[in-house]
Amino acid sequence: MVENRPWLTFFSHLTVIVGVLVIAFPIWVTFVASTHDQVTMLHSPIPLLPGSHLIENYTKILTQGYNAKSMPVLGMMMNSMIMALGVAIGKILISIISAFAIVYFRFPLRMLCFWAIFVTLMLPVEVRIVPTYGVVANLGMVDTYPGLIIPLIASATATFLFRQFFLSVPDELAEAARVDGAGPLRFFRDILLPMSRTSIAALFVIQFIYGWNQYLWPLLITTKESFYTIVMNVSRQANIQDSAPQWNLLMAMAMLAMLPPVAVVVFMQRLFVRGLVETEK
Amino acid sequence: MAQVHLRGVQKTYDNKVDVIHGIDMEIADGEFIVIVGPSGCGKSTLLRMVAGLEKITGGEVAIGDRVVNKLEPKDRDIAMVFQNYALYPHMSVYANMAYGLKIRKLSKEEIDGRVRKAAKMLELEKLLDRTPRQLSGGQRQRVAMGRALVREPSVFLFDEPLSNLDAKLRVQMRLEIKRLQRELGVTSVYVTHDQVEAMTLADRLIVMNAGVAEQIGTPMDVYERPSSVFVAGFIGSPAMNFLAAKVGEDSRTVDLAGTGSGKVTLLLAQATTAAPGTPIALGIRPEHLLPSSDGPLEFDIEMAEPLGADTLLHGRFGAARELVTVREGGNVQAKSGEKRRFSVGTTRLHLFDSQTGKRIADA
Amino acid sequence: MEKRVTFNERLLPYLLIAPQMAITLVFFFWPSGQAIRQSLLLEDAFGGSTKFVWFDNFTALFSDPAYFASVRLTLVFSALVATLGLAVSLLLAVMADRVIRGASVYKTFLIWPYAVAPAVAGVLWGFLFNPSVGLVTWMLRGVGVDFNYVIDGNQALLLIIVASVWNQVSYNFLFFLAGLQSIPKSLIEAAAIDGAGPGKRFWDIVFPLLSPTAFFLLVVNIIYAFFGTFGVVGSLTQGGPARATEILVWKVYNDGFRGQDLGSSSAQSVILMLAVILLTVAQFRFIERRVHY
Repeated sequence: MVENRPWLTFFSHLTVIVGVLVIAFPIWVTFVASTHDQVTMLHSPIPLLPGSHLIENYTKILTQGYNAKSMPVLGMMMNSMIMALGVAIGKILISIISAFAIVYFRFPLRMLCFWAIFVTLMLPVEVRIVPTYGVVANLGMVDTYPGLIIPLIASATATFLFRQFFLSVPDELAEAARVDGAGPLRFFRDILLPMSRTSIAALFVIQFIYGWNQYLWPLLITTKESFYTIVMNVSRQANIQDSAPQWNLLMAMAMLAMLPPVAVVVFMQRLFVRGLVETEK
Repeated sequence: MAQVHLRGVQKTYDNKVDVIHGIDMEIADGEFIVIVGPSGCGKSTLLRMVAGLEKITGGEVAIGDRVVNKLEPKDRDIAMVFQNYALYPHMSVYANMAYGLKIRKLSKEEIDGRVRKAAKMLELEKLLDRTPRQLSGGQRQRVAMGRALVREPSVFLFDEPLSNLDAKLRVQMRLEIKRLQRELGVTSVYVTHDQVEAMTLADRLIVMNAGVAEQIGTPMDVYERPSSVFVAGFIGSPAMNFLAAKVGEDSRTVDLAGTGSGKVTLLLAQATTAAPGTPIALGIRPEHLLPSSDGPLEFDIEMAEPLGADTLLHGRFGAARELVTVREGGNVQAKSGEKRRFSVGTTRLHLFDSQTGKRIADA
Repeated sequence: MEKRVTFNERLLPYLLIAPQMAITLVFFFWPSGQAIRQSLLLEDAFGGSTKFVWFDNFTALFSDPAYFASVRLTLVFSALVATLGLAVSLLLAVMADRVIRGASVYKTFLIWPYAVAPAVAGVLWGFLFNPSVGLVTWMLRGVGVDFNYVIDGNQALLLIIVASVWNQVSYNFLFFLAGLQSIPKSLIEAAAIDGAGPGKRFWDIVFPLLSPTAFFLLVVNIIYAFFGTFGVVGSLTQGGPARATEILVWKVYNDGFRGQDLGSSSAQSVILMLAVILLTVAQFRFIERRVHY
């Protein structure tokens, strides 16, 4: 469009750049802090440019742990990875078959199941945290991977996404499959599943981030340090009452805690955005 | 009311792609100009440059005596009807039409007067309180026109406004637009890919192809004396037939390949400037081939398409390779394999240079 | 919406839906039921005796000034987080949408805070504003502002608001950007021809068409402020100082796990559950009325 308002374009760029800088600022400071030694961190103001201890700090926490008493961060990242993958894969698995059942079959109790699942959309785990912990403890699942993973896959966001997607698949496909002699499971495996690939990928991205970033649940469910996840541990270590944190190492741990989800968002941006938008419809 | 002047108008996109190569035209006050051409020829781009929705890379556009290159759309005193109507979905029909006037701070009475006048002209009076969602395609199109009308601009711009309507509505609306324009006498520039719309609406046409104005003229000019193979083939339906031929001796005849080892010679109304023996593309419109028992053109019928009012016959002349269409009036009984003879009026022969596709002038 | 074609199997659908139903029953309905049950009980701290007390826990809450303080705090907090979050992200989205070149680069840089866990966000901002070594604290001291969120309740609240908004901006930004890009360009052009400048075009055309998205985001942001910010509070202030940042969801956790008052905590859970249900119902209701063009 012909518009004689160049200053507006300039202003637009400026605003966005300022926005980007403000958004990036905390992360930059954290990164910088993770590359210095402990002594530098105790003087205010702390430097704005990276130091030279990057490799040293990260190696230390990955292999030896944050301090003398804690376990190597690498192990914690493994726990987080197991949890995140477990949540993502588990949720997708149970949801896709449930959605298939709800959409492609008529059976008594169908609507009841549908509404029961629907209700789970409404209550995040924080609201029912106390009794959920009680249930899990009673089942003896404290300090176990299943205990970390399974209660989190109860919510129905994935089921709804798949349901919507299946509803948009033309009826003719199922009819053709029937005429060809394929039963429901074959139809599911050979036709529906391949078509759902992008939805599955998009959902996987969102759920992975969700699982990795869990704080409250791992905090409660794990008592043994060997099960700690990195996100909850970063928070824990930042708030130890008796001593000031070793900021450089703590920030290194924070960087590691952020790394996988951020990498996923940046490198799978399109899938991520699609997953976000579709999940919330 | 104003004239519109296009002088050497050019459009280049920053990756050095030339989209419009220089268009020159003087549009008189009150004229209805149609820019017609196939998809991608640049007609919409040209219109949008006049509107101010695209920057003009080269040349100038003037409305009245003002050069408008640097002016924003709202300062050019134009109004536009978009292909998808672009009605504000959250406003009523009345508000849609009043919006531009409100911004220009006209008085309430003035706005009301203009909106109701336009609504009356377009039969929208009963729909003023509805929202676009509640209207049919044809109604929405009329609201879009109403929005342009109330502004009382110097120039109306139409960007393929009828493309989204069904065939019957299109014919109806075409007549309405023509009638309105006649009544109001506002200079109008109308873009379409439909040559029927172009022929029926235009005082003059610009036939565009790949960013170039192939011909500018009245509908009859363009029909009777197309300046290139492209224009000849684009205007008129069914399309003009093209036959490979050679200029005959004295440049007063053309020779076609005939049956057997002979050739068919057709007399031209006027001598041509091309030298004898020059290879040409000979254009003959389907409707200008007249059945004649002793005509020079022997036609082998391959297929007949009865349309009711006319019949289309598809076949070949003698040894010529090209498939030719003949349009005969009425229901002609014809079968595949039959032979018919046709003649053609001397003024109905169009000669085009085989290489350049341009019309070859008469001597 | 129903499928016209379904398969005729008896057992299969039950088998397919069983895993999700099982998990939902065990880890959703059972605890929720427990919450309701426990909210009606008064339990001995050591699990000794339990007494059925009807709605005593609820009435105790309603006469507890600390609870009302928490309710008010949560409302203020979510209002601020939601409006700030929406305003900032709308501004960024509008500006990013205008910029044709570089839009996708900006987008990449603006969306990755979403990937940061609220708990980690809390740690980051705590570091920036740390009373002793915080970079921003030092800068503020330079202009004469003494910032110590460990002591000052209002500052603590401000900090968790900033951290929460920071975390949520990308999400809002993405949806606003998608909303802006779904407005047909021809509408904007028509408005330009009608004579509207950029400002008028935004308020008269863009904003009304964006309002369904805005409303949807408002509800999402409120729910986020209510629950998703748990990690932020946990990492930064743990509800302090002196309850200044004790939002409702934190209180549920704190009273239940730290204070061992299961009855009160369960009652609070139940009240929160009702609040969320209302919010979600409101959200679904209004989503149905989205403008379609």
